[in-house]
Amino acid sequence: MSQPKLSLRDIRVRRGKAELVRVPHLDVLAGEVLVIVGPNGAGKSILLETLALLQRPTQGQTLFEGQAVEGRELALRRRMAVVFQDPLLLRRSVADNIAMGLRLRGVSRSARREKAAHWMHRFGIAHLAKRSAPTLSGGEAQRTNLARAFTLDPEVLLLDEPFSALDQPTREELLDDLAQALRDTGVTTVFVTHDRAEALRLGERVAVMMGGSIRQVGTAAEVFAAPVDEEVAAFVGVETIVGGRVQSLADGLATIDVDGAAVQAMVPSLASGSEVLVCLRPEDVILEPAGLDSHPTSARNHLRGTVRRITTIGGQVRVVLDCGFTLVALITKQSLEEMGLGVGAEVVASFKATAVHVIPRGT
Amino acid sequence: MDLIWDGIREAFRIIASGDYSVWEITIRSILVSGTATALALLFGIAVGATLAFNEFPGRNLAFSLVNTGMGLPPVVVGLIVAIALWRSGPLGDLRLIYTPAAMVIAQTIIAAPIVTGFTAAALRSLHPRLRAQIYGLGASRLQMLWLVLWEAKLPLLAAVMAGFGGAISEIGASIMVGGNLAGDTRVLTTAVVLEVSKGEFAPAIALSLILLALIFLVNLILTTVQQQEQRS
Repeated sequence: MSQPKLSLRDIRVRRGKAELVRVPHLDVLAGEVLVIVGPNGAGKSILLETLALLQRPTQGQTLFEGQAVEGRELALRRRMAVVFQDPLLLRRSVADNIAMGLRLRGVSRSARREKAAHWMHRFGIAHLAKRSAPTLSGGEAQRTNLARAFTLDPEVLLLDEPFSALDQPTREELLDDLAQALRDTGVTTVFVTHDRAEALRLGERVAVMMGGSIRQVGTAAEVFAAPVDEEVAAFVGVETIVGGRVQSLADGLATIDVDGAAVQAMVPSLASGSEVLVCLRPEDVILEPAGLDSHPTSARNHLRGTVRRITTIGGQVRVVLDCGFTLVALITKQSLEEMGLGVGAEVVASFKATAVHVIPRGT
Repeated sequence: MDLIWDGIREAFRIIASGDYSVWEITIRSILVSGTATALALLFGIAVGATLAFNEFPGRNLAFSLVNTGMGLPPVVVGLIVAIALWRSGPLGDLRLIYTPAAMVIAQTIIAAPIVTGFTAAALRSLHPRLRAQIYGLGASRLQMLWLVLWEAKLPLLAAVMAGFGGAISEIGASIMVGGNLAGDTRVLTTAVVLEVSKGEFAPAIALSLILLALIFLVNLILTTVQQQEQRS
């Protein structure tokens, strides 16, 4: 297990009477990419600025390699780099912008040039070196911003929604380049985003932040497959979240009563009669027209339902069913056309017991 | 009409020949108002940056005071400085009344709120997170201040122009605390008043033309710098 590079202990940030951030404990491990994901207004940016030593918390302690940061903020800031959503370049040439951080550290001109040239090349902006920063496009400016951060050889890289203002193709390209640079340098990274896809793509560990506090920290797989509560589940893309009661339990396979329908799910240890939340991701649901001969499959759950709503999102179709409770499925356009589904159609929804995530109620 | 045309013709002769000490008066004007502008810049940048960057109770009041100060009547400033520097006044022992130094003090007080207001506006027009980004690049406090001032240098040049324009055009305070003493505290504006009161229009026109040319020149230089900056 790696040592924590940066740690927060009992951090609270207040503005007036409002408590914006409360984090009892957070470690950023050396060499990891930690993604802090959460909806807008969750306090992610404040948390990042606290980690970057740009904002003093109202209460609590920030530790760098286990030592309190007080009194050596400037020296420690010079071992880190920050990238914001807005590139915030200075009205100078691209090359000057990229070398600025080194200049502030008193690095010689020739060393600055060499470093800057390397990272301009890496981020594909070498040809823009002499251009004035205000004339750059959004994508070029954000490349400059990233190159400016990597040029510093930071021990910790902190990024706050760096791609949110970019169009989709530019974002994809930059995400690739960033992921590659992170792998090559192995720099300890904290990446803040509201975008779940970015979190999955970059994060080795994911922290879900909501309402000023961190609700869950774990590997990306853990957080996305097994959210700790209803709000986290909704945020990470679980669309079906319904209350139920465990009826029986055998060999870890529970039968849960959900508004009259029986759902089978794998649960480790739950007493019969427990109140639970049943979570199901829409892409884990398979739809078939009702009335076909049933054939055995490995899916434990086959629920009959009526199509209530159909919404097309890109190439995919979101189908909302009434199976006694509301269940959401995500299928392809082709499947929808082949099955000839419409509102009011009767279908069977199938899903595996292992696809169902069960959260005990009242935690 | 003859009065005007003869006046202008005579004015150019005076400027060319250097009669009526026009050049000596011009140089004194530049020195006094230039010094006052420089002092106003020091004060204005410090106070303007403090106002722009810090949240504190009474900040709005401070902004209102600065804005009021931008329209401070020079006569009132002259009166206050005259009272302060008067031989029997609180600073009378300094013996500054009727000296160029007294004029510098008065003009600094006139120009300082102008420079402060322009500076605060210029710094507030920057992106609110720019300072965080500059700190994030590893800047110390002084480095940060230097970089944001450099970022805002175009509107800051406007502050210099406005401050210098206010100082060199002002007359009420200069007469009151300088006394318009020939060869000592006579500047372009006070000289114009004197010549007109004597009915000597030609030298008054000559001095006014120089004053206008001076203000034009300063603005031309700074505007050229601005244009070049914007292009680059």
